[in-house]
Amino acid sequence: MTAVAENPTQTSEKTVAPIGAAAGAGTSSAQYAIERAQIDKSTSTAVLWFFATAIAWLFGATVFGLIASLKLYFPNFLSEWAITTYGRIVPAYNLAFTYGWCSLAGMGVGIWLMARLCRVPIKAPGLLIFGAIVWNVGLTLGVWQVLLGQSTGIEGMEMPHGAMWIMFSGFLFIGLWGAALFRARKEALAFISVWYLLGAFFWFPWVFAIANLLTSLPEIRGVMPVVIASWFTQSLNIWWFTAIGLAAAYYLVPKVANRPIHSYNLASIGFWSFAFLGGLTGMLRLSGGPVPAWLVTLSIAANIMMIVPIATVTANLLLTMKGATHMVYQSPTIRFTFFGVVMFALGSVLGVFSSLRSFDKYLHFTPWLEGQQFLLLYGFFSMVIFGAIYYITPRLVGCEWLSSSLIKFHFWGAAYGGSMIVIMFLLTGISMGGRMADPESLFSQVIGSSLEYLAGRIMATFMMTLGHAIFAIHFLLMLLRIGQPGGSATVFETHEH
Amino acid sequence: MSRSTPLIAGIFGSLAVSVFAMVLVPQAQIGGLQAQVTRDDEGKIIDVYPTDRVKYGAKVYASEGCIVCHSQQVRDTQNGEDQPRGWGERRTVARDYIYDATTFLGNSRLGPDLANVGAKTWRNEAENDPRRPAKRDAAWHYLHLYKPTAIITESNMPPYPYLFEKRRISGARSKDALPADQVNVEDGFEIVPKAEARELVAYMLSLDRSHPLKEVKSEAPSPAAAAPAAK
Repeated sequence: MTAVAENPTQTSEKTVAPIGAAAGAGTSSAQYAIERAQIDKSTSTAVLWFFATAIAWLFGATVFGLIASLKLYFPNFLSEWAITTYGRIVPAYNLAFTYGWCSLAGMGVGIWLMARLCRVPIKAPGLLIFGAIVWNVGLTLGVWQVLLGQSTGIEGMEMPHGAMWIMFSGFLFIGLWGAALFRARKEALAFISVWYLLGAFFWFPWVFAIANLLTSLPEIRGVMPVVIASWFTQSLNIWWFTAIGLAAAYYLVPKVANRPIHSYNLASIGFWSFAFLGGLTGMLRLSGGPVPAWLVTLSIAANIMMIVPIATVTANLLLTMKGATHMVYQSPTIRFTFFGVVMFALGSVLGVFSSLRSFDKYLHFTPWLEGQQFLLLYGFFSMVIFGAIYYITPRLVGCEWLSSSLIKFHFWGAAYGGSMIVIMFLLTGISMGGRMADPESLFSQVIGSSLEYLAGRIMATFMMTLGHAIFAIHFLLMLLRIGQPGGSATVFETHEH
Repeated sequence: MSRSTPLIAGIFGSLAVSVFAMVLVPQAQIGGLQAQVTRDDEGKIIDVYPTDRVKYGAKVYASEGCIVCHSQQVRDTQNGEDQPRGWGERRTVARDYIYDATTFLGNSRLGPDLANVGAKTWRNEAENDPRRPAKRDAAWHYLHLYKPTAIITESNMPPYPYLFEKRRISGARSKDALPADQVNVEDGFEIVPKAEARELVAYMLSLDRSHPLKEVKSEAPSPAAAAPAAK
């Protein structure tokens, strides 16, 4: 597999598909370019629909998050109205963030990657757009219902079932496309990203349907709905968000670094250990809780073994980057993606250690858990997806991002703001956990010990909000085709040393 | 086509393993738990635990999102200081929750655990703290819901004024009206809990999971709990 010498940031890609080049032997790079253009054209409107609505949700979620962090510090802020009470804003934030931003953006990236990697254009993009609209309708309804006080009360599955099923039917239109593209693929051997995507598009509907169906049955009672909700939340974390994030990273890193994946064996080990072990980590959230002890022990053991996929995936991606690290300073895509991969490694290792009972005993019930969740969904997933959107959008609209400064602002707002939020969550967790362990301390002292971190989180959230606003405006300009002429990608200025 | 069969089979397999271990086996083990029935020597039922819980209040608890900050589970002493804190005298187990309309185990404690908040012994202060109220009855909860800082000055719990209404006093003050010296209200008016607040407080007062269970060894064994826990 020979890497063609070229400026890897250029839109006009000459490199062949990252793997399976041999399968397409005889096809010239010019034909590939035509094929790619056809595929991009077929996915363009649908994928932009996903991105645009996802970014709208990201902005909505950011505002919810800002209100929530303000309310924690100033409890009287907006306390007059039921719809802005803390207990409703937080689940609304979670729903908007996970199903609005993360899922919609992830599906957009996933569909685009699937079409590109299977080398199949989409024949009826209208169905995809319809799916995205139905998903958005269901989600909007669900968020409204939660704000109006109709939450199910099951943590992690707060959305009322009706709205959930509307969202689910929207997904069917989307997910079936993933399967159809895979079936019609022209590459004999699927690229590693396709494995993760196929997994994600398969796992998601099953986990979603099983969890929602079971929790709505009256026979499932007592702690079982909570067990199922824990399994559901963790399964989405691993099999949906992490899987899509890794699929994107496995595509973008070799693509932009212009090198093949370091080791296919490592990638395979990583995938299978991820798939099987990840599915057994569901009960971490119930550590110490009123459930059979073996259940939690099994999840902790599986989580410790997750070291294997974490190490192989990280090593593989970093080794692929080796020799191309200067790209981090040049390519917006790689800067976001690289940051995400580092956060993936950091967050996963942190997750392994804090799941050990001797740590969990102190950290359970503190904002540490929220910090970890945010590290995964924002530090890793969202950053990789930002990178993917910076890569994909120019190929769909036909012009390049207007300004590298705006991208830079977004990066620093997201990276700095996001990291500060994570650090504040984790520090709150440590200080509250330490105080909580002293049974003589008043509960108000437990909270009091972390007030400065709560204040820090507000500032960090403001910074992140600013970054997101810039990103949203920049994306809007792209939708209006206001940008630099297509051809050469918008890159950061580099300083030669 | 054939090359993708192991991939698809493997993905399906991972789902099957996960559903089996994390959903089906737990459901088989604890899904059918029944109440603990104690009979006297003649076989007459003398005690049943747990019994049905207040349902409407659980809906308010869900709708206001209390679970975001309050858990309802007490861990054993190896796993945390829940019991020395006064949140319960034994750990809670699956059987404690079988009749809960919605089970609010919770993952976060930005406020105290409420698994036993209705029990007389429940406390959130040190045993001899002067701030410990004589009793946490409905009146205490109403004021605390309406204005948490009236009771704990540094509390960061949000107030719930919308669960209460201002009413002109006609005749005598109503029994549930908030104490006039604690709330800001002009003369001739009073603040009373709405139905939601009443249901919520009734629910909280029903939260008591301190009844002895044979599967839990109590930390401070009461005579009734001296049943053999370790076989």
